[in-house]
Amino acid sequence: MKLESTLKSTLENYGFIFPAVLIFSLFYIYPFVQIFHLSFFDWDGIVPFKDAVPVGWGNFKEIFSQDPTWWQATRNAGFITVIALTFQNILAFLLALACDREIRMKNFYCLTFFIPVVLSEIVVGMTWRFLINDFDGANVVNRMLGALSLSHLAHHWLFDPRTALTTVALVHCWKGFGWGFLIFLAGLQTIPRELYEAARVDGASAWETFRNITVPLIMPVMGLVAILTVLGTMQIFALIIGLVGGEFAGHTSVPVLRILASMQGSSRFGYACAQGMTFGMILVTLSFFQYRLARRARV
Amino acid sequence: MRHLRNILGGWVIGALLVGCGEVPKGTAGPGAPADKKIVVWHWMADRQDALQELAKRYEAETGVKIVFELFAPSDAYSQKVRAAAQARVLPDIFGILGEKRDFAAFIKAGCVANLTPAMEADNRAWENLLLEKAVAINEFKAGNPYGVEPGIYGVPIDFMTIEMLYNKKLFKELGLDPDRPPATFQEFVEMGDALKVKKMQGLVSGWAEEWLIGCFALNYAFNIMGKDKVLATFRGDVPYTDPGWIEVFSLFQEMRESGVLAEGVVTMVNKTAEQLFANGKAVFAFNGSWCVNVYQGMNPALDYGVMLPPAASDENPMSIWGNASSFMVNARSKNKEEAVAFLQWLSRRDQQAYLAQRTSNLPANKECLGEISPLLAQFADDVELTTHPNLWGVSEFPLVSETLARGLQSIVIGEKTPEQVAAEVQKVKERELLKKRK
Repeated sequence: MKLESTLKSTLENYGFIFPAVLIFSLFYIYPFVQIFHLSFFDWDGIVPFKDAVPVGWGNFKEIFSQDPTWWQATRNAGFITVIALTFQNILAFLLALACDREIRMKNFYCLTFFIPVVLSEIVVGMTWRFLINDFDGANVVNRMLGALSLSHLAHHWLFDPRTALTTVALVHCWKGFGWGFLIFLAGLQTIPRELYEAARVDGASAWETFRNITVPLIMPVMGLVAILTVLGTMQIFALIIGLVGGEFAGHTSVPVLRILASMQGSSRFGYACAQGMTFGMILVTLSFFQYRLARRARV
Repeated sequence: MRHLRNILGGWVIGALLVGCGEVPKGTAGPGAPADKKIVVWHWMADRQDALQELAKRYEAETGVKIVFELFAPSDAYSQKVRAAAQARVLPDIFGILGEKRDFAAFIKAGCVANLTPAMEADNRAWENLLLEKAVAINEFKAGNPYGVEPGIYGVPIDFMTIEMLYNKKLFKELGLDPDRPPATFQEFVEMGDALKVKKMQGLVSGWAEEWLIGCFALNYAFNIMGKDKVLATFRGDVPYTDPGWIEVFSLFQEMRESGVLAEGVVTMVNKTAEQLFANGKAVFAFNGSWCVNVYQGMNPALDYGVMLPPAASDENPMSIWGNASSFMVNARSKNKEEAVAFLQWLSRRDQQAYLAQRTSNLPANKECLGEISPLLAQFADDVELTTHPNLWGVSEFPLVSETLARGLQSIVIGEKTPEQVAAEVQKVKERELLKKRK
């Protein structure tokens, strides 16, 4: 009787999780396995898959030994990620610190900082292109520099290969800092106020309070934001299309644009899958190390 | 137990609901009813209204319902058609975007019907209606390198040429005769000084898109070296480091140095370039004949002329690209005959004239060329000069084309010399040739 009841209960429990497992398997695990499988073939995505030519590790070998454009794209994405990890997250953290205090119009600021996040990347890219460019735009940046008597710094920010990627990175930071801001703010609000009051009673300065209470307690949140920033930034591409139309002779090339080029430009689906797998492994490795680092910092 | 029954019951109902869902429209797979309804997939947003109107007329005439389903933009459409080919759910009629090898892959996958018998019936009545170049785009000749059975596999519905355009008003401001655009490349680059003085932007085009900058370069490759030498390069018989190619690449350097190119031309997608030219912010554009419709929508008052890219050499005639928007019939469709009949109807004079008038595209039907607007007629005048990679019977490796386009972009932004680009392209070419031989 007891056994029957346990069996029923187990079946019921499995019944509840079955839909989620099914959906996850169907839409995540199966495509992942398929992509991995496809990455060992030379296939144009049109002829029946049975006619695809198996190439073994050939696609991966090509990525690692014969495709400098791929690694240039990865370096470019890495550069944007470094800017996002530093500039974007510091900005987000400082703004979250400011909004964690009792200031006027706090909700308005929170809303305003989050607006860029919900905008489409293409729209943000095209809007900033218009704001930055001169003859086909409003030339706002150069005008501001002129107003600040810094007109000698005026520049074709997006057309110059030396500044295009940095400009892309800064626009990406503008678009993305709202996420970090929101998560940091939520993290800051979970720190018990009593700790700050106790520190104040003990005569701790603002800097000591920040260093000894805020930073250690916000560290897990920083780790989370850092992982999300890396994952989000490395996959950037639509913003680049909006800003500079594409890879700009390789200067704004990023891995997702390379994968798209392999699929759509060259009809090399197998190679694109191998690039996708390689890119996925890079992201998993980065996230793993970040996680370890964040855990060590917490300890 | 009741909980378990409820869960299982829920699953059964769910499965039944999913199972009773509507079969995707347009599928011609097993079990699809062979009724009088033809489904057409296409990517041409600007033609959708006109095509739907024609569908209504066709249904009124024949009782056969035609459903035009639009999937834009073209990149998304291209992926959809490929996925549908894999899943064998292509509609009765569809278009194929991409290069000739992609077209060939669809044919070899059994997705495209050979229309040669219908084209050749009644003394080639259908084929003779259409522009030869437009038909040739859809034709595979005997001995083609793709191994496709010779024949005509698509029906062109309109034709486009890619040429240069110039703004007549800005020409006047530059003190130039608006009816006499530069005839030689030298005259063209010499305009750079005048453009700088007047602080005007020169040539705009979507050169962030690799195919368009590649197209411009190949026009000049044909002009400087001739078709045979260009195709010999594709076959691997002539290197990209040949002086002829260096001369072609040097034209981009000349354009950059003379200031005849608009700022940031290699960061422009074609839509941006179209907006700039339509708003009178650039003197020249390099664009396809579809632009007549685009500029009409953006700035109806724009006064512009059409010109061939100014020749850089007298050795060979200037060639420009011409391509057709075409429809293919699904070889597995149960409505194949009806689909062919509809495309024959669509090729006829009345329908073609209506399409040309509504969409400002060059008609594929020769008989209608006399009925098009004067602007479109300027494009039509150069149809005989057109060529296209789909006509060459040999194609360049995609990676080589990509390296070439990137190299040209690098020349335009002044970071590489023509010689450096030539060497890089040749290196990739040799690697691809080696891979092919293996």
